[in-house]
Amino acid sequence: MSIAAGTATTVARRRAWSGAQGLTSPGIVIPIVVIAAATIVAIFGPLLAPYDPDLPDLSQFFVGPAGGHLLGYDGQGRDVLSRLLVGARTSMIGPLAVTVLCMSTGSLLAVAAAWRGGLLDTVLSSGLDILFAFPGILLAVLSAAVFGAGLIAPVLALSVAYTPYVARVLRGAALRERAQQYVAALEVQGASGVAICFRHLLPNMAGLIVAQATTLFGYAMVDLAAISYLGLGVQPPTADWGVMVAENQQGIIQGYPIPSLAAGICIVLVVVAFNILGERLYERSETRR
Amino acid sequence: MLIVSLLVASFVIFAAIYLAPGNPLAALSGGRTIPPDSLRILEQRYHLDQPFFVQYWYWLGNALHGNLGISITLRENVSDLIASRISTTAGLVLYASILIIAFGVALGVVSGLRPGILDNTVLVITAVSASLPAFVAAIVLILVFAVQLQWFPSLGNGVGFFDQVRHLTLPAVALAVSSLAIVARVTRAAIREESRREHVQTAVSRGIPTAQLIRRHVLRNAAIPIATISGITVASLIALAAVVEVVFGLGGLGAYLVKSAQSKDLAVVQGISLLLVTAFVAVNVLVDFLYAVLDPRVTLGSRSQ
Repeated sequence: MSIAAGTATTVARRRAWSGAQGLTSPGIVIPIVVIAAATIVAIFGPLLAPYDPDLPDLSQFFVGPAGGHLLGYDGQGRDVLSRLLVGARTSMIGPLAVTVLCMSTGSLLAVAAAWRGGLLDTVLSSGLDILFAFPGILLAVLSAAVFGAGLIAPVLALSVAYTPYVARVLRGAALRERAQQYVAALEVQGASGVAICFRHLLPNMAGLIVAQATTLFGYAMVDLAAISYLGLGVQPPTADWGVMVAENQQGIIQGYPIPSLAAGICIVLVVVAFNILGERLYERSETRR
Repeated sequence: MLIVSLLVASFVIFAAIYLAPGNPLAALSGGRTIPPDSLRILEQRYHLDQPFFVQYWYWLGNALHGNLGISITLRENVSDLIASRISTTAGLVLYASILIIAFGVALGVVSGLRPGILDNTVLVITAVSASLPAFVAAIVLILVFAVQLQWFPSLGNGVGFFDQVRHLTLPAVALAVSSLAIVARVTRAAIREESRREHVQTAVSRGIPTAQLIRRHVLRNAAIPIATISGITVASLIALAAVVEVVFGLGGLGAYLVKSAQSKDLAVVQGISLLLVTAFVAVNVLVDFLYAVLDPRVTLGSRSQ
């Protein structure tokens, strides 16, 4: 291990330690608890669900909370709580895919543009500027129309639509990092560009990348839930929070708001948690600089 | 840049539909087999025998002349179908934009100038409502104001100006909520930042009246970030309106886009997407003009460099 890398790890350890103290503020703890709970439900949902989420009880349409069914039955006589627990997985896997796709392409493009500069930077930056002309939801609806409703087409469409936003911010950060002296020092030592980017540049941007990913997850979740609500994403009878809001909307007018509302509340809780955590993480990555 | 954006966007829209599985003539014939002779004539009429780029060129030329093709489900001109629905969407977006700019900026200015309980309340409420999806906001509004209080209708367009405004109120609020919160937060931050500036502090110490101070020194300088965020959020409403139109059963462009996407009426999807993207780009251009008005230092065209 070179001396530079050695100091980098000590600095990283010190940062992680000082970071651990800031992590106890309620603005960070509460969102993390919510997100952790949602993740556990997303993984173990089918095991936690007290009833079969797809099995209708034909005598129980829109019946409120009753013996053993905490949230009652939905418009097709299915247990609402079970559907919420099982639906967490489909509701969260889409945004996760968008976040992973977007952050990996976004940070690769940003670092490549910032590192090489010149023509590559010009081409990438103006290409991304042109992509700004496409609102995410519209691209998702268009792709669902062409490639058929389902989770895959909207996920790919949203990843394409969000990448410019991610890449623009990360390119700025990569440019600032590129101008630091340690980069010049590594270059003098003869480290290759790829090695510097992957071992030093990207790890030093990690705070910002994580903050962006967190916020992005929230946005992607809102958009994908909306697409599913519109009937172009996850298809019924699969349990999904966006779909549940739509299929139980009749209940709102008929006086049984719980099924639709409960699914809506689940979406809002998770999205708010991601957005607040993202904002806090962003502030931390800014003040550290 | 603007023209390039629109060209690329139109190309993407055309290419997406071109790549879509299924033969356009099969849709036209409704499953019957077409004799080879008529097939050739039809292919010639719709330029289907031409290469991809030539087809794109024909389509773009037609689109620029207002001819967007024919809907396969309704057998009507797409441009006519669009024209009859555009006013609902335009009205909805305009109504929501007014709410966002009026209340968002006002809320931001008040909480930016008066730190304390009010400011903290605004911060907490906007933090939550900024991440409220429009369709969840919509069902809550229907539940409270249409079902429980019965102040507003929950469905439909309405007849006559005032009735239409009444029908559009809940949809506009649902559409505005999250953007309003974002505008309020950015406005608040901008006001805070400007109030701390040295020239403002100097003006305070010179005893300039508060109202004049805020108007001349704080608001004018904070106007640029406020205009930026307002422009971005208002532009995003154009696509988001689709969701709200579906929730409230409004007969607008967005709801029609979604319906056509479900029934694979691709000419309609193409036409509406093209129109919405154009509107989206146009709003962004308007905001660029606004910068030049707000700040004489900005010359047009310099922002993209």
